[in-house]
Amino acid sequence: MAKQAKPTVYPYIPNSVPAAREAMLKAIKVQSVEELYADIPESIRFRGKLNLPEPILSEAGLVRHIEGILAKNTSTREMLSFLGAGCYQHHVPAVCDEINSRGEFLTAYAGDPYEDHGRFQALFEYESMMGELLNMDVVNVPNYDGFQAAATALLMAGRITGRSKVLLCGTISADKLSKIRDYVQAQLEIGMLEYAPETGLMNLADLKAKISGQTAAVFFENPAYPGFLEIQAAEIAQIAHENGALCVVAVEPISLGVINPPVEYGADIACGDIQSLGIHMLYGGGHGGFIATRDDPKFVLEFPSRLFGVTSTKVEGEYGFGDVAYERTSFALREEGKEWVGTASALWGITAGVYLALMGPQGMLEIGERILQRTEYAVRKLKKIPGLKIRFDGIHFREFVVDFNESGKTVKYIQSKLLEKGIFGGKDLSGEFPELGQCALFAVTEIHSQADIDRLAASLQEVLK
Amino acid sequence: MKAVAPKPSPRRFHQASWDEPVIFELSQPGARGVLLPEVEEAIELEVGDVSSHLPVSLKRKNLPVLPEMAQLHVLRHYARLSQENLGVDLNIDIGQGTCTMKYSPKVNDQLARSPKMADLHPLQDESTVQGMLEIMWKLEQFLKEISGMERFSLQPGAGSAAIYANVAMVRAYHESRGEGKQRDEVITTIFSHPSNAACAKTAGYKVITLYPDADGYPDLEALKAAVSERTAALFITNPEDTGIFNDRIQDFVKTVHAVGGLCVYDQANANGILGITRARDAGFDLCHFNLHKTFSTPHGSGGPAAGACGVAPALVPFLPTPTIEFDGERYRLEFNLPQSVGKTRPWYGVAQNILKAYAWIMSLGADGLKEVAEIAVLNNNYLLKKVLEIHGVSMPYSKGRHRIEQVRYSWEEMYRETGVHSEEMETRVADFGTHFWTSHHPYVVPEPMTLEPTESYSQADLDEYVAILKQVAHEAYTDPEIIHSAPHNSTVHQANHEPFDNPEEWAVTWRAYKRKTK
Repeated sequence: MAKQAKPTVYPYIPNSVPAAREAMLKAIKVQSVEELYADIPESIRFRGKLNLPEPILSEAGLVRHIEGILAKNTSTREMLSFLGAGCYQHHVPAVCDEINSRGEFLTAYAGDPYEDHGRFQALFEYESMMGELLNMDVVNVPNYDGFQAAATALLMAGRITGRSKVLLCGTISADKLSKIRDYVQAQLEIGMLEYAPETGLMNLADLKAKISGQTAAVFFENPAYPGFLEIQAAEIAQIAHENGALCVVAVEPISLGVINPPVEYGADIACGDIQSLGIHMLYGGGHGGFIATRDDPKFVLEFPSRLFGVTSTKVEGEYGFGDVAYERTSFALREEGKEWVGTASALWGITAGVYLALMGPQGMLEIGERILQRTEYAVRKLKKIPGLKIRFDGIHFREFVVDFNESGKTVKYIQSKLLEKGIFGGKDLSGEFPELGQCALFAVTEIHSQADIDRLAASLQEVLK
Repeated sequence: MKAVAPKPSPRRFHQASWDEPVIFELSQPGARGVLLPEVEEAIELEVGDVSSHLPVSLKRKNLPVLPEMAQLHVLRHYARLSQENLGVDLNIDIGQGTCTMKYSPKVNDQLARSPKMADLHPLQDESTVQGMLEIMWKLEQFLKEISGMERFSLQPGAGSAAIYANVAMVRAYHESRGEGKQRDEVITTIFSHPSNAACAKTAGYKVITLYPDADGYPDLEALKAAVSERTAALFITNPEDTGIFNDRIQDFVKTVHAVGGLCVYDQANANGILGITRARDAGFDLCHFNLHKTFSTPHGSGGPAAGACGVAPALVPFLPTPTIEFDGERYRLEFNLPQSVGKTRPWYGVAQNILKAYAWIMSLGADGLKEVAEIAVLNNNYLLKKVLEIHGVSMPYSKGRHRIEQVRYSWEEMYRETGVHSEEMETRVADFGTHFWTSHHPYVVPEPMTLEPTESYSQADLDEYVAILKQVAHEAYTDPEIIHSAPHNSTVHQANHEPFDNPEEWAVTWRAYKRKTK
């Protein structure tokens, strides 16, 4: 017996109940919804049925379907992963996930401070804790990611100085450079600085030769993309300043309990990504960008992002929050605002705030120190393996470059062999740094135990035999 | 016992008001919120204190002055702050017009929290992420079908980032044809999102903004006067933020194409037209969707969101790197795209939201998506009728015409009669546990209010919301002071806004606040 077709009542759509739909139509005195579309010309009406898979109406069925697809993934929980290169496997404290899963935060959007006081305060506190980490007084509500933060920091430098050229460290990742090139091309000319082949450090002679009265900013990263620390940071900032340029530094916030924040060695703008601060990797979906400056209107008024500030209210002892210098934004001024602002990564800002509050000063010191130690241990352990060298050897934070050239084996081959052993080896750098030949970027965080690192070393030794 | 009396309308509400200090004031010296794995003895012995090898300039001198708190205290502070926030889960969130505040299904959030999603690294070998690549590839196929476009990139982080990516593709397209320098103008409309104008300017374009004609439609004559061999593209939202569908949209497209420009459809307001009309069928070369609006992924207090850029065949070579390909057996990332605009963000997109959007579409199918659109439009036109029964509010432009999925109303009459501004009404509405949004700037519609009820709300929800507006409007006429002095039932009271625009006083961080209030 054929089942009688009855209209589907969708759990997400209360008025899909036929009687409710009818009542609504009646209330507005139309026969069918079709009448409401009268303004859409027939010539562009879609009259067919979208060619989509049949829906999975039950929640149980949907879970089964999605979990079936996700089962084809193997996560870093099931493997031993040494992948980094901009996305990092740090421990995510349970309270971070608890707070960012709360519907009040998760499903809010752009309300004003009177119904979304909590969001404003949490983001002000995020800015404030980042400010302590960075020793800077102004930090934005997060923009999209570290790439966007770097690109915008450079445009800000261009506007602040009124100059049109920027010089970038030569060890920047190809992806970040791609983003910056695309984003700043209408305003800034990019010059690339050479790096010392042995250490990766910036070639200061090249910097001195290329810097000029046109240079808006000198940009470098600490740690650099290949994981070493740029120990000439103060000299670079000084050279920039002697030439009237700003020093812009992309920095890893999780390092700053132990590493000096950029402002202390002369940076004018610090920027970076907050994914390390309590946010899962999410296959690359866990990024948020920060930009920090000193509290000078010349800098503050060049931010495109929201800046939440604190104030008093009519009631004694009560804090209020709101937008600082809103009139600079594209929300206020459209194309006359600074670049553009929109939805970005606020929930990750709240999460990073939770992380910093959980970690506290001691936690940030310890995580910095311990990552330095674990990275150094990994470097020393791997160095001993025949056929393998450490490239850009110096002080490493979290990442280092392993040079396989002498082994005669490609990174691709080595990766595939490690994969068979349950290990995600480091990122293959042969594409973005052809001059390095067969090199790979390995990452070690606080979650990697000695046994994990020893296992990597033993596996590499076998693969290179 | 006597029966409890019926509930009054609108409901009595008071927002959570914990009088919570700023987190630094909760610090308890020595307290710890979370502990880290100790470094093993062998590592300690082998490497010692590595930080002592840091050069002086790179060694941090003083510990960062972060709060020191036990775990419960951190949790409690943020749990309290969360209570002082109103998301879709709590309020009748139809007052943030243009934002499509629909229900974000919990099951999708739960699925995205799976370690099989949350703990994937984007550089894992492709063989270990076939599931995620499959979801991304399939969502692209869905969006192609929904829009009629040839291909999509899911890389942009949100709607504005998608608009920017579209601007970048427009620029690359004209450059590839040797017309990059010549085509230096972008045309948009005042009722399109401000990012259409602002992204174009950031990319180096001169921006021409069209204002509406007397009926509220983008002015076709003004467009005809604006286009030339300098036109790179038209960036236009349809339906616009007024809820009006531009029925001459094909003429707009023809006019721009006639001078060699491209047409870019901002589909931020697509919720009411799913399965009803498609970007490509109207002749557009590019479009973008906001997965956090139309496709239900949660708004996250302002992101992470997700944008999706769709392109016609001629624009495919310029899509951001990488694309996702499927050969019938394996999914893979394609990086060899010589004409690509490159990266718009790290990796491949906001993967967890891509998963949630995929799950949402799978739970609805073609009929369900059309139901979404139809009910969103039905709800909007019902709300419109009810709102217009309130004295003091009007719907500018095209009187008596239906709207698609939202309406920009005006409280101008009320303002003239009572001196109460729509922005003040907005504040007062918070006392009733909800929100409305005025509009983007400039206020082309005076004393604006933009409502978008989506498909997620029932007639009772809409009636309750209207009852709140009615109550506040009544107050404007009878007791305007209660509005001028609002909020009364919110977390906090009226804030002093002056410091926000005064460099001597503004404080974006606690350290700046402490310094300036010493």
